[in-house]
Amino acid sequence: MKDIKNDGPPRTTPIQSATFSQSINAEIRRAAATGIYDIRGGGAKRKVPHFDDLLFLGASISRYPLEGYREKCETSVTLGTRFASNPIKLDIPVTIAGMSFGALSGPAKEALGRGATLAGTSTTTGDGGMTPEERGHSNKLVYQYLPSRYGMNPDDLRKADAIEVVVGQGAKPGGGGMLLGQKISDRVAEMRNLPKGIDQRSACRHPDWTGPDDLEIKILELREITSWKVPIYIKVGGARPYFDTTLAVKAGADVVVLDGMQGGTAATQDVFIEHVGQPILACIREAVRALQDLGMHREVQLVVSGGVRTGADVAKCMALGADAVAIGTAALIALGDNDPRWEDEYQKLGTTAGAYDDWHEGQDPAGITTQDPELMARFDPIEGGRRLNNYLKVMTLEAQTIARACGKNHLHNLEPEDLCALTMEAAAMAKIPLAGTDWYPGKPETSY
Amino acid sequence: MQTIDLEAEGLRHLNATLHAQAENTNQTAWEVLNPRGSHAIACGLDAPIEVTVKGSTGYYCAGMNKQATVNVHGSAGPGVAENMMSGTVVIEGDASQYAGATGHGGTLVIKGNASSRCGISMKGIDIVVHGNVGHMSAFMAQSGNLVVCGDAGDALGDSIYEARLFVRGSVKSLGADCIEKDMRPEHLEILRDLLEKGGCDAKPEEFKRYGSARQLYNFNIDNAY
Repeated sequence: MKDIKNDGPPRTTPIQSATFSQSINAEIRRAAATGIYDIRGGGAKRKVPHFDDLLFLGASISRYPLEGYREKCETSVTLGTRFASNPIKLDIPVTIAGMSFGALSGPAKEALGRGATLAGTSTTTGDGGMTPEERGHSNKLVYQYLPSRYGMNPDDLRKADAIEVVVGQGAKPGGGGMLLGQKISDRVAEMRNLPKGIDQRSACRHPDWTGPDDLEIKILELREITSWKVPIYIKVGGARPYFDTTLAVKAGADVVVLDGMQGGTAATQDVFIEHVGQPILACIREAVRALQDLGMHREVQLVVSGGVRTGADVAKCMALGADAVAIGTAALIALGDNDPRWEDEYQKLGTTAGAYDDWHEGQDPAGITTQDPELMARFDPIEGGRRLNNYLKVMTLEAQTIARACGKNHLHNLEPEDLCALTMEAAAMAKIPLAGTDWYPGKPETSY
Repeated sequence: MQTIDLEAEGLRHLNATLHAQAENTNQTAWEVLNPRGSHAIACGLDAPIEVTVKGSTGYYCAGMNKQATVNVHGSAGPGVAENMMSGTVVIEGDASQYAGATGHGGTLVIKGNASSRCGISMKGIDIVVHGNVGHMSAFMAQSGNLVVCGDAGDALGDSIYEARLFVRGSVKSLGADCIEKDMRPEHLEILRDLLEKGGCDAKPEEFKRYGSARQLYNFNIDNAY
């Protein structure tokens, strides 16, 4: 048969634009058709320099390791030692980040409490207040103090083991939120003092303080109400970590929680998630530098979050100077979010397992990010708690494995000198030498 | 009458003493001397006691109050009675920004003027202001009542939900989704009761009512700025 393609002069192979890629063009068409920006849950999906770009060096002649399975490697951490008379003592340095009842179902919140308690760590409330199930199933519960103050009351404040003043989060530093009406059940509406079925806006800034001087007084009030017993955390998004950490310490924080752009949200604009804020890798050393400059490193504890997935990530955060980490998205995946077992239903929603991020629409096939009674019934909080505990145990064992290989008998003894960087970007952001060199971009000149 | 000299005894002693009062305490009357603009005075109270502060207070006086009656014989700094749950707070002078912010219940009476953002994000509290209120008052107000016997500043009730606003004087401007509404007989009754609680001699018929047009209740891109 005659090949008509070979007729005539040679033609240029069609080339897709890197700038106007298929996905960009699809988004332009979607915007043109609907007139609305994309709202979704989760954190930044774009590829950014991350913990994968760092490696541990391990022991060698100059560093000797600890026996992997036998020698002790401590994992405990105490948070809130600066001012609180009852600091939080955790068995492991992996905590559960704030996620709201409203964004998550009641059973999902219960499972987070169960899993955290089994693993000897803390979990955290979210916008919408504290539920009795969550308090009851959480041995250590951190109560978030948010701009919306939905559900805020002094009784729950006094039931908390710590208070986290939320200034911002990594997915949207400078942004508020919106819980769409379809997720506002009777119970969610009652807890938030609003009618059922209407969208509930979460403000982007606090209603009764502005700036670090006011924040210091607000923290004084919270301490007076809780008799100076519980630690006060301040949570900030990864915007200006050096200055934000400095100001948080100045305002009287016991603990600084720092959330990078990979940290998830229940819902916000995709453009916000992908284009505002810094990767957590770029934030940790700056926050640690601020604490060191103030003489407060280890006295004010640093909890970091935003894309922590494995024990290796935990160990790297510790080596960079953090005292603990927080996980949100990873905890939801451990519970069953985005599980391929629901693939048929993800397909019906126009997505696929692993990519489902319309958490705000309340149609989660896994029954986690929903208030729909039928979908919620798919999720077993006891089994969810067991799975989360397993996952936390594995992360801890992995982190211990690495720490022992570096000769460290506590995860907190890991240090920047245990690391090298695989890329120039990671080297610059984490201030860790590029592999095979003793140099990173921006390293101060040394004279011998 | 129990008296605590704040200057001599310190804030922690004051609040710890007031927090220690039980539901059935017979020491119900307390007087606080020398407040001198201190912050967080009488915050987090949870007993049916009456506290009189002899002077002006700083930030967050009577914050998160439950059950107690707090009288300030002076003016109050920012965030007075913030997140109040129940009880009564009366300010004889003026109140600074965010008075009654996010309050869930109880009654806040300001006998002078209130500054900007009075009743911001209120969630059930009743606020009666004898004088004027500043700009952005009742911003994102969810429920409860704000009574203003004087004038209201710019953007009153911006993004308001179900709170009721009653203003006797002028309103410089209304915020997004806030409109004037009919004053029906049931509103006159509510207002009469509030004026009586607040110690105002104004007549309900002199007020106008404002509330939500409910056009921002569900997300619509055309409402975005």
